[in-house]
This record gives sequence, C-alpha cells and structure tokens, in this order.
Amino acid sequence: MDSPTKSLRSVSHHPASPDGKSTAAVAPTLIDIENLDFHYGATQALHGISLKVPDRQVTAFIGPSGCGKSTLLRCLNRMNDLIDGTRIGAGSIKIRGVDIYQRDVDVIELRKRVGMVFQKSNPFPKSIYENITYGLRLQGVKDKGRLDEVVEKSLRGAALWDEVKDRLHASGLGLSGGQQQRLCIARTIAVEPEIILMDEPCSALDPIATAKVEELIHELKLKYTIVIVTHNMQQAARCSDKTAFFYLGKLVEFAATRTIFMNPENPQTEAYVSGRFG
Amino acid sequence: MSTPVSHPFQAKPSLSRTFESGVFWLFRSAAYLVLACGAFVFADIVIKGAPAVFKTSFPFVNTVFLTEAPESLCVFDYEGQKREMGDREFRAFREQEAARAAAEGRKAPEIKATSFVYSAGGIFPCIVGTVLLVVGSMTIALTLGVASAIYLSEYARQGPVVAFIRLAILNLAGVPSIVFGLFGMGMFVIFLEWNVSLLAGWFTLAFMVLPVVITASEESLKSVPKGFREGSLALGATKWQTIRKAVLPYALPGILTSSILGVARVAGETAPIMFTAAYVVRDKLPWQDLQSAGDFFFQGVMALPYHIYVVSSKIPQNEYTERVQYGTAFVFLFIVALIAASSIVLRTKLRGRYKW
Repeated sequence: MDSPTKSLRSVSHHPASPDGKSTAAVAPTLIDIENLDFHYGATQALHGISLKVPDRQVTAFIGPSGCGKSTLLRCLNRMNDLIDGTRIGAGSIKIRGVDIYQRDVDVIELRKRVGMVFQKSNPFPKSIYENITYGLRLQGVKDKGRLDEVVEKSLRGAALWDEVKDRLHASGLGLSGGQQQRLCIARTIAVEPEIILMDEPCSALDPIATAKVEELIHELKLKYTIVIVTHNMQQAARCSDKTAFFYLGKLVEFAATRTIFMNPENPQTEAYVSGRFG
Repeated sequence: MSTPVSHPFQAKPSLSRTFESGVFWLFRSAAYLVLACGAFVFADIVIKGAPAVFKTSFPFVNTVFLTEAPESLCVFDYEGQKREMGDREFRAFREQEAARAAAEGRKAPEIKATSFVYSAGGIFPCIVGTVLLVVGSMTIALTLGVASAIYLSEYARQGPVVAFIRLAILNLAGVPSIVFGLFGMGMFVIFLEWNVSLLAGWFTLAFMVLPVVITASEESLKSVPKGFREGSLALGATKWQTIRKAVLPYALPGILTSSILGVARVAGETAPIMFTAAYVVRDKLPWQDLQSAGDFFFQGVMALPYHIYVVSSKIPQNEYTERVQYGTAFVFLFIVALIAASSIVLRTKLRGRYKW
C-alpha cells in the first residue's frame, strides 16, 4: 500500500517557506541526484552526476551544446524513457527521497508531479481552453465550473490571462511565440505539479517575450521548484538561485549562481561564463 | 545587322545550349504523349459508354441501366418490324400477343427471337456489389492497418524485428493481385469454408490494400510533430491517451486520403474477387430472401470490374455487347472519379480543421 508512487503524490502540500529567496543556502533538497551515469545505447552521455536541487528555487543547468544538461533534465521526469536504448547505468535520482527509477514507480504519476516546458513551444492545435484543460480532462475532470476555474487560475499564473481572456476558445496556435510558450507553462501548472522543468524555454523567443517569461519564472518559484536549461548565460544569472555547469557529460561545478558567475572555483567554469569558450 | 559583343552576358550558340533544348523537347513530348494516351482512353469510354447511361429525352439518365439487373436481349422480327427488348419484356409481349390472337380466334403467332446474354437490362446488382465490397474491405483494412501502424510507429521498439516486419509489409504491396485471389480462395473459401462470399472477398481485398494503408498511416503518424507527443506525455498522459488525443486526430487527414486512394484500387480489382466473392450473375440482390442475418455475409455478389470482364470476354461478342461493356466501364470510371474527388474534398476539410 505504501508504494513510493503514493508517497510521491501525498507530498504535494509542503509548508510555505516565509522568505523564499534569502534562505537559498539552507533550502531543503527536493531532487537528489547521486552518481548518475546515463547511456544512449553504447554512448555514455552522463558521467557520475551528483547534485541536489533545492526546493522552491530556480536551478539553472548551463554548458555548451552536447554537454548533457538537457539529457539530465529529461531524466528528471523520465522523458528519456521514450527513446529506445537509453538506460541509467549507475546512480539514482530521488525526489523527496523516492527513487524515481525504482521498478514500482508509475511514470504517469511522476510526470503529473514533474511538469515540463519544451524548447519549441508546443501547444496542441486546439483552443486555448482545451490546451489548458487537457491534463485535467485526462484525469477525468469533467466539471465545467472546476475546469473554468483552473483555466483562469493557470492563465493568471502564467501571466497570460489579460491577453487571452476574450478569446479562450480561439486556437492556441493563433498566439505569438512568447504567448504560446506561456500557454505551455499555463498548461503545465494546470495539473499542479511540484516541479517544472524548462528546456531552453526562451531560445526561440525575442527579447521582450523572453523578459516576460523570465519575470514569470520569478513568480513561479514561490510555488514551484524550477529547473531550467539555458544557453543564455545572462538568463541563468538573472533568474536562477543555483547554477550547475556541465561539460562533456560531467558536472564541473554546482554552486549559488552568484558564485558561479562572480567567483567560480573551476577555471573551466570561469572560461565558459566569461565567454572564452563554449 | 550583327552587333559586336557588347556585354559579358551576351548569348552565344554552344553545344550544351543545343543539347539543353533537345532534352527539353524530349521531356515535353513524353509528357504530352502520356496525356494524349490518357485522354484517348477516357474519350473512348465516355463516347461509347455515355449513350448507355444517358438519354436524349427526359429524365436524361437511363434509369433501367442503373437500377435493373442484367438480362438477355431478344431480337426478333414481328409484323415486318425488327424489335429489340429485354427477356422479361419479350415474354410479356409474347403472351400478350398470344392472348390477343386467342381473343381474335387466331392461332398464337410464333415469334422467333435471337437472344444475346447480358445485353439488356442494367448493372444495378454490380454497383451494389462493388459498394458492399469496398465498404466492407476498407473497414477491415483500416481497422487492421491503422492498428498495426500505431503499433509499429508508436509502441514497438525500433530494431531489426520491426525493420523486418516493415520490409515484409512493403513486399506484400508488390504481390500480384491474382496471387491474393488464390490466397483468398485457399484460405477463406476452402479452408475456412466461407465459400464464395462477401466475407471472403472483404478479407482478400483488405489484405491486398493493407500494405498501402499501413505505409500511409505510418507516414501520417510520423508527420505529427514530436512536440505534441512530448507535451501530452509531460502532462501525465498515458501513451494511448497521447495517441488518441494528441496524435491520431492530426494524422487522420493523411490516413483517410491515402485510404480513399486504396478504395479506388479495391473497387477496381478483378483478380482477387473472381475466386472469392464475385458471381457472374445473381438474380437476387444481397438483401433479398435472407434466411438469417448471418447469411448476408456468406453470399456472393456481382461486381462492376468482374462484370466488365465477363461481358468482354466470357460471352459471344456481337453488335449488342458493346453497349453494356462501355456503359459499365463508364459508370465504373465515374464512381472511381467520385471517390477520388471526395478524398480531395475530405482532405481539404480536415486539413483546414487540424492544421498546425
């Protein structure tokens, strides 16, 4: 009865920390990655990654292309399961102490708790309303009042409500790129996850749309734990609390964002953040 | 007036230029030759077939041809006049004349008629049979084909086994239709004891178009952006929910379009049904005199392509057979064109509804 699946679900309510930002150093660990090796077929993509993602903060993964940061991100909601021939070679990923690669973990339940926003905004070719209610309808929610409520709450949460409230039943594809990405964020928070993974969410957006999404990230971290992969170092510097620098499948350095950018320990990190390579 | 070379891009005659225009004309004449052949075939069928279907007087359509069963044409001389009429009409005419003669106290006139099989009446049972064969076989082919395409492209682990299955399916597409006919006869008609029946024809035709349906469905499924799948799965959808809600609706236009082209093929094939489902002639329509509902599936039917085959090669040819040959071909072409047109309309409509 007390399967990890259940316990993963039962911990959706956690006490609100009174001052999210200032407790950066002492925030409790939510995701605990230990010694993780990951393989695509014969190629090893991640080598012995160990990293603790703090609760309700923004953790950024940076590094040059092919360094494994997206792979690691996609391990966190087991999106890599979709690719044939991938496997965890060694190590574990624990969310609130539960190993998510354990045999009896239900991937569906995991993904409800760990939402994901993709690099290329991917709203379904349905109305804005249907996009947001997609996850809830799958869970069998049919009550119109409840759905309406969630749509408004999620759109407000994604700072999109004012822009689309008059055309909820228009196609989600009619929105601009930045609005589409915020629609995807709204869709994700509609199922009330605990963690939101963002895979280069702004790489296809113009600076103004990017600024809006970053602003949104600041608001979201009050309620959600966010892990963001980004190519844009200013973005990591602007919106994250902690930053992990990856290179060639290895974690080079993981520290408070301020430390990584101002005073990195590792010379490779310094070279990368100062733009000398990568 | 030869102007001297005045600029660097001046056109100069050269071998490659001559060759270029030669090749161009070769390609152009090839294309026009194909067009001419096609136009000739169509024109021939329309010119010779249309008179069987259309009339110059009201209601302009030959309803007998479209709504009645084939019968023999009786040609006879009567009272110095040459008359042509269908078999039933002829019998009625003869009785009427005999009755008239009896009333007038004469001996019944002896009318000697030459009869020509299938040259009178219509092709209604063939139209019905073809429609039934198409509807049934496409239902089976779509169910099996879409299901296996979903399995192959969404569920199955891509590897040598799946590659082998795909190769086998592609090879199936190259099997001549007469071989499918033999297979259907061996498998359904004899082994499963379904006899010559709609059901046997349905399965034989379905197996014949399955490769087309599977390949087309797989292509359509693949053309749905990966983002839809990932977006859905990341929201906690199961794989099947994802396929149903976020993949299949968007693959549907492609699947339907190519399947409807498959319909045209199913409708046109003669070889697979000649051993499995088609009767040369059948008096009853498929829904007449059924003992039980199950009998519906275990009866043979007439079909347009097989009827064309029969009237073109299995009966003595004479001046009266051409009408039914070309008439049937014309109706058949018309039906196939109708199906193709509806596929285009459907595709445009669905594309408009589900575009991204």
